[in-house]
Amino acid sequence: MPDVHTLVNDFVIKLKRRKIEGSQATAKLTAELLRSVISSQRVPYTNQAGALIDAVNAVGEQLIAANPVELAVGNIVRRVLHIIREEDLSLTTAAMAGLNMSTVSDDEDDGDRDNYPVLSAAVVAAAARSTLRPPSLQTLLEDIPDAAAIPHTSSSGDSEGKSKSADKSSRSRKLKHDVIEAVNELIQDICTCHEQIAEQAVEHIHHNEVILTLGSSKTVLEFLFAAKEKKRSFRVFVAEGAPRYQGHLLAKELVARGLQTTLITDSAVFAMISRVNMVIVGAHAVMANGGVIAPVGLNMVALAAQRHAVPFVVLAGSHKLCPLYPHNPEVLLNELRSPSELLDFGEFSDCMDFRSGTGSPLLHVVNPTFDYVPPKLVSLFITDTGGHNPSYMYRLIADYYSADDLVVQRRPGTGS
Amino acid sequence: MDARRASRTVIDPKVRHVGFFTPSADALPARTQSGPATATPSPPLSESPASNSLSPVMIPPSRHLSDTVAIRTAAVPVPDSALRRLDSGEQVPVGSYNPSESLLGSSPVASSPSSRTGDGTLEFSEENSVQWYRRSGSGKMASSLPGGGFESVAALRMPLEVPGKSAEVVPKVQNEVPASSEQAKAKPTKAERRALQEAQRAAKAEGRKPTPVSGGGATSKPVKQSSQKKEMQKKETTAVASSVVASEKKGGDRPTDRRKDVPPPRMQFDDKSRVEKAKKRSVVNQTEAKNRVELFRHLPQYEQGTQLPDLESKFFQLDPMHPAIYKVGLKYLAGDISGGNARCIAMLKAFQEAISDYSTPPQKTLVRDLTAKISSYVSFFIECRPLSISMGNAIRFIKSRVAKLPLSLSESEAKSTLCSEIDRFLNDKIIVADKVIVRHAATKIRDGDVLLTYGSSCVVEMIFLYAHELGKQFRVVIVDSRPKLEGQALLHRLVAKGLTCTYTHINAVSYIMHEVTRVFLGAASVLSNGTVYSRVGTACVAMVAHAFCIPVLVCCEAYKFHERVQLDSICSNELGDPDAVAKVSGRTDVNYLENWANKDNLQLLNLMYDATPADYISMIVTDYGMIPPTSVPVIVREYGREHLY
Repeated sequence: MPDVHTLVNDFVIKLKRRKIEGSQATAKLTAELLRSVISSQRVPYTNQAGALIDAVNAVGEQLIAANPVELAVGNIVRRVLHIIREEDLSLTTAAMAGLNMSTVSDDEDDGDRDNYPVLSAAVVAAAARSTLRPPSLQTLLEDIPDAAAIPHTSSSGDSEGKSKSADKSSRSRKLKHDVIEAVNELIQDICTCHEQIAEQAVEHIHHNEVILTLGSSKTVLEFLFAAKEKKRSFRVFVAEGAPRYQGHLLAKELVARGLQTTLITDSAVFAMISRVNMVIVGAHAVMANGGVIAPVGLNMVALAAQRHAVPFVVLAGSHKLCPLYPHNPEVLLNELRSPSELLDFGEFSDCMDFRSGTGSPLLHVVNPTFDYVPPKLVSLFITDTGGHNPSYMYRLIADYYSADDLVVQRRPGTGS
Repeated sequence: MDARRASRTVIDPKVRHVGFFTPSADALPARTQSGPATATPSPPLSESPASNSLSPVMIPPSRHLSDTVAIRTAAVPVPDSALRRLDSGEQVPVGSYNPSESLLGSSPVASSPSSRTGDGTLEFSEENSVQWYRRSGSGKMASSLPGGGFESVAALRMPLEVPGKSAEVVPKVQNEVPASSEQAKAKPTKAERRALQEAQRAAKAEGRKPTPVSGGGATSKPVKQSSQKKEMQKKETTAVASSVVASEKKGGDRPTDRRKDVPPPRMQFDDKSRVEKAKKRSVVNQTEAKNRVELFRHLPQYEQGTQLPDLESKFFQLDPMHPAIYKVGLKYLAGDISGGNARCIAMLKAFQEAISDYSTPPQKTLVRDLTAKISSYVSFFIECRPLSISMGNAIRFIKSRVAKLPLSLSESEAKSTLCSEIDRFLNDKIIVADKVIVRHAATKIRDGDVLLTYGSSCVVEMIFLYAHELGKQFRVVIVDSRPKLEGQALLHRLVAKGLTCTYTHINAVSYIMHEVTRVFLGAASVLSNGTVYSRVGTACVAMVAHAFCIPVLVCCEAYKFHERVQLDSICSNELGDPDAVAKVSGRTDVNYLENWANKDNLQLLNLMYDATPADYISMIVTDYGMIPPTSVPVIVREYGREHLY
């Protein structure tokens, strides 16, 4: 499948070169790529879901490796995997229903069911058992043989799947079709999450409120603008967000939309926060513990907000919810950008020559991209499904991801 | 405010009679008489208890008091109101400031011996309390009223006096005196404001008629003339202001005075009337910024960049300003000198130069005239850039030293004493203090430490260099922020000296804080509630360090301590050039706000300082030792007096 391969490779290269900015764009592109991967994936006769999952896993692993810091990629891969599992489950339950009652389902379904090849009742029952039961340790354990069975069906990836399943069963078409439908919905969700978040703006912003934000986020912009649309009058302090100075852009856009805006330097955050009613910021990713990976500087803002008991509200679309628990996120989920954003190379060229006795340079420049805001500093998350406490995040995440996908990895046998 | 002002207009004339008007009004005939005046007072002089020089001074107060009493007791409302009308309406023009009147008492007054009905001893006892006030009052008065036409007042006054001549007035005089002096003490600002008003009115009046005084401009074009007129006004008003300060100074010297404890209120720029007045007085023409930040209406927000060329062009017109002062002021304005210590040192050096070039004008005393001079220099500095607290403290020191000069000193002695006092201050309070701080702080640096500092503080830099010289192995993290990026210069200097440095911006402070073991910060001032007032962003750094449980050491010389208290960074602050926020140096891609001033909804805020709460500070390293922030008021109380008063 050359075109899918090239697509994947292109995307991987883009991710590696950090050509794609913003988690929303990344999420959307990832979902679209996975959609094409799924649609081009030939599914085997049996265990179609397994084949799809494996294909997505393989691509997902590459993508995540390309930019491990962009958590949205992993999130979307897991979401797609989850979708495949869900669709498979619903089909299986439908099949079970067909087997058990074999009557009143609608015609199309029946036709599908009739086309079903010899599917041993035991297999169906096992599948149903594993999928219908709520997640438990036992299911996880029982899944193992099933999972172990998967690799050998699609161990050599696409080519084998292609050769093996020359005849497309309509059941597989049905599954693929459903999955693609669901992925389309997911893409739709990603595109419209701004609006859904912005709809809640009026509930959170009152008249004459003073809001502080740092840097620029499209979600925040839409959120503030939605409140403005509803005739709320309020003021916004925008911290410029060095070293990218996206705050300038945000300030410009807010002013263009008629909001009272004051641009402040990042250092003035502590001075101004005592006069602020609410801090509203965007996030890069939300971790399962309720911690936030956010643009650099937000930890400082959150601390200042906590000091002055100012609510710290994080806006995050559901594609930013990451099912992982962070460990040392300041370092492991961070990225250091070019020092040229802070220091002019020309000006400091003479400093480069200085070296200590051991030969290591005297001058270091640190320019991290992200900050980690621990959950205790966050007052509220506003996602497209409503407002949530940081402590509730893990549960919300459980709705979107299945426990099997937390580690996106090709099965051990397949790895090179 | 308005209500208070309204009430004052009612009171005004009364105050005038008690405090200001009469003496000078009386004094003036002396001048008009000129030659004979010296002859006439001699008989009363001989009458006075001692022929000491004080006696002529002492006479007028009693006279003016009896005089006012006369007005009151006589209860002649008609002339009184007439006088009032005249005062407020017609702008009684009187001659320009002549110190001889107030100083030597211009005893001519005594020409009407009737007034001297009160016995000498009594007057003498009261003399002390009244004298200072009266003197300055007359000075103010005389300076504010331009020449000629005094006679009308005198004419009105003289007949009034006659009925009040009776002996029964005397006891009332005694009652009156404390009251009047107390009034003067209690409402210094009123007197000050009134003097200002007076001056402006006079200036206006002067502006209206073609003044013969400014005869020099007769040949020049009208435009030039008007500018000269402005100059005149300015000179005049500065003179007024300085005399006001002088009077306050005198008041401050009085032991019973309570005002000393309370710092004078700062100028609030949302008070329109006062701003207008200040504008008229100012040397630098400043246009108010277009998009002012609502929250900071009380702070000056002017268009930046207009003052410098304006001031430069005025160089030859501002003759009262000493060139050294001028130079330093321009440097403040251009931002060439910044940092609490550097600004303070530059100011003191300039003062030193100005003092050594100073010569007392004829018929003036050094103490008063020099205080006035310094005040006018200070107001020039303020116009260039608001004073730092360190400068404010240094100015307080100089003024107290000038006021304390023994009268017996000759001019050159006095000048050299002052210069050496300033030297001593520079040395003790800044240079040696820094050395002590460096010694103290260096004991807190251990091998393997990672020391974080914010911005660029000269003391902290000295500490790092000293510790490096001691051979301690440590690493420095320099956190910097826009728009000043002072840390880059520090980085340059430290790297050149061979220290290992890490540079980052303030947003990344919580990233870098993981590896830091100590935070060293400089301060513009430490306020007596322990709040550290410093470069904006210091609070952020201290907060993050506190959150990471890393000790925060603030290094600050004790002369920067101030008895003021402050809870937030908004009530008192300084605003920088908003354009500096809009433009990001070295980043051409960030140009979203190129013509931001045209957008009504957009304000740019360039805050200069912030207040770090005391609980983020582990320790303050000062020249008196290492103290917790709670001990700041003790230092201010115990040591602040010692060198300032």
